[in-house]
Amino acid sequence: MPNRVIEAQKLSKRYRLGVSAEPYGTLRGALTAAFRPRTRVSGGGSEVWALHDVDLEVDEGEVLGIIGRNGAGKSTLLKLLARITEPTSGLVRHRGRVGALLEVGTGFHPELTGRENVYLNGAILGMRRAEVRRKFDEIVAFSGIEPFIDTPVKRYSTGMHMRLAFAIAAHVEPEILVVDEVLAVGDVDFQRKCIGRMGDVAKEGRTVLFVSHNTAAIESLCDRVCWLDRGRIAEDGLAGEVITRYLRSVIATRTERMWDDPTEAPGNEWIRLRRAAVRPIEEERIAVNTPFVLDFEYENLRPGTFLNLSLHLYTRDGILVFNAVPVREDRWYGRPFPAGRFRDRCYIPADLLNNGGYRVELLVVKDKSEIIYQDSQILTFDVHDVAAGSGTYEGEWSGVIRPHLAWRTDHLG
Amino acid sequence: MLAIRVSEGPPRAPSADAEWIENRPSRRWLPRVDVQELWSFRELGLFLALRDLKLRYRQTFFGVAWAVLQPLAGVAVFSIVFGQLATVPSDGIPYPVFVFAGLVIWTYVANAVELAAQSLVQHQEMVTKIYFPRVLAPVAAALPGLLDLAISLVFVAVFMAAYGVAPGTALIFLPVAIAGATAVAIGVGLWLAALNVQYRDVRHALSFVVQVWFFATPIVYSSSVLKGGWQYVFAANPMVGVIDTFRWALVSGPSPGAEDLISLAAAALLLVGGLTYFQRVERLFADVV
Repeated sequence: MPNRVIEAQKLSKRYRLGVSAEPYGTLRGALTAAFRPRTRVSGGGSEVWALHDVDLEVDEGEVLGIIGRNGAGKSTLLKLLARITEPTSGLVRHRGRVGALLEVGTGFHPELTGRENVYLNGAILGMRRAEVRRKFDEIVAFSGIEPFIDTPVKRYSTGMHMRLAFAIAAHVEPEILVVDEVLAVGDVDFQRKCIGRMGDVAKEGRTVLFVSHNTAAIESLCDRVCWLDRGRIAEDGLAGEVITRYLRSVIATRTERMWDDPTEAPGNEWIRLRRAAVRPIEEERIAVNTPFVLDFEYENLRPGTFLNLSLHLYTRDGILVFNAVPVREDRWYGRPFPAGRFRDRCYIPADLLNNGGYRVELLVVKDKSEIIYQDSQILTFDVHDVAAGSGTYEGEWSGVIRPHLAWRTDHLG
Repeated sequence: MLAIRVSEGPPRAPSADAEWIENRPSRRWLPRVDVQELWSFRELGLFLALRDLKLRYRQTFFGVAWAVLQPLAGVAVFSIVFGQLATVPSDGIPYPVFVFAGLVIWTYVANAVELAAQSLVQHQEMVTKIYFPRVLAPVAAALPGLLDLAISLVFVAVFMAAYGVAPGTALIFLPVAIAGATAVAIGVGLWLAALNVQYRDVRHALSFVVQVWFFATPIVYSSSVLKGGWQYVFAANPMVGVIDTFRWALVSGPSPGAEDLISLAAAALLLVGGLTYFQRVERLFADVV
């Protein structure tokens, strides 16, 4: 019989939008409202349900990933679990100490020394003074700032500040660990530390709730995923399945375009575009380890023209990854095109691109030199991340490409 | 057989009978003080109070002497204006001693109220990121001032010795007066801290309100100037009872009368009311602050 540690029943939280727009009211407003005849505020556009009738059960030792778009209610769920705010209706309850890595550095006071802040922050995170005292040396060693422990924190660099704060948070040892990567600040190195720490906790058989936008990180660490959509649970189940369906739903990229009516189709007196698409070959989605195809169909209007397509692939940041020209295509390249419909396919192998967003620029070239048509954003698509090895997540890989390289280490003596 | 208890080791996952910690909409109207919970958070309260204490005089030239300089400056000014120029009656106590006694306890309450009023707004980051009984913030803010008060009392004693004023047996009631002052500070502090979260008007109104309150409290004058029933109205200000008791205990002022019971009732009402209001709006703090 699994031991249940978190339970939410019909959990709902409503925010008034005016409240967030105007962080605090004025007394005058409240007084005038008090003397005016009371009108019922209709539940129109002024209110938003951050969470609506959410039922959730988590057993001890489960590693649950929570995904969803911005504003789906992920952080609200965590705040309710941590009792930071009260639900509008429903109930959430838990057993055991909840620790959150999103609280890193909360309550740090710049005027206090590192040592004083360790005790204060420890108390804020729910540690007993005796517990802090016992772990003090360990915390300081972990942070790597021993020489400055009696210096006021205001003289610390941002990095030192972070390291000390993280060292404390990492030593709390909660029964339920909550990691909100969306809120976690800091550099890549820091986030990697957070995720590493999370993996350790999960291995010890403790319960983990992990909120992230990075589905690859979630997939590699969580068995179960809960997908929140506009305050409701859209799906709750096996990580791989839920993530696949989630990703399919959030595709906002231009991965396929068709022009059925030739008069509406983009082009000119030379050519007309009829279709452009980017699609994975076998898998459901394009990931770093799956091959995929760039697919174009067009009509040649002038018989006898020497045509070729030229593709530029850019990252979302505008770095040109490569230029592809069908120089090795041996059926039509360098030959005159008769009038009619043609299809070009460019195959991109697996393990070439790093994860991220990409943009395809299409050029149609005549006589190998003259550009007769150009669309700088014919397609946009995402390459999704996958874990480098099973059960590990290394964080973001740097670089535009992410090739699989042969590697050999020899012991020479 | 000898049983050896091993206290170290990682915390174990909660056993099946571990208590559920719930979060549900509160429907209570009456204040509810969860003593057990407050007790389990005592160290946090202590650390918050200690932090304020440590920070108060850090990087100041006079340091903790400020605790005394503030009321002392008042003593000098009021002794000249009211003691010498206007000759306000002071129940037969030398005016500087009379006003010093009133000022030290007033300074404590005024500072504590101001700190408590700012406490939640000041701990905004904590309020929006972690759970703790919110009451801890204003209460912890109202406590460190007691140390300043203790230091000031030493100086009052020096004044008393200099002017030949000796405390009587009523001195044993001094803790009662100080407890009353703390209760008033916390009561008012709870109201203002909660109001301040929603209405930052509090910050602007505070110094003015404190000033009015100062003159409505028998600090530079004696409450015995009020006669003919007015003293009962006057005593609705709970600080009247606090000051009367404090002076009676410390510098042998007139013993508190029936009107001071009104002050006691007012203080109790303020505290219970403050706690009620605080807990009514507490759940909104993280959303509004």
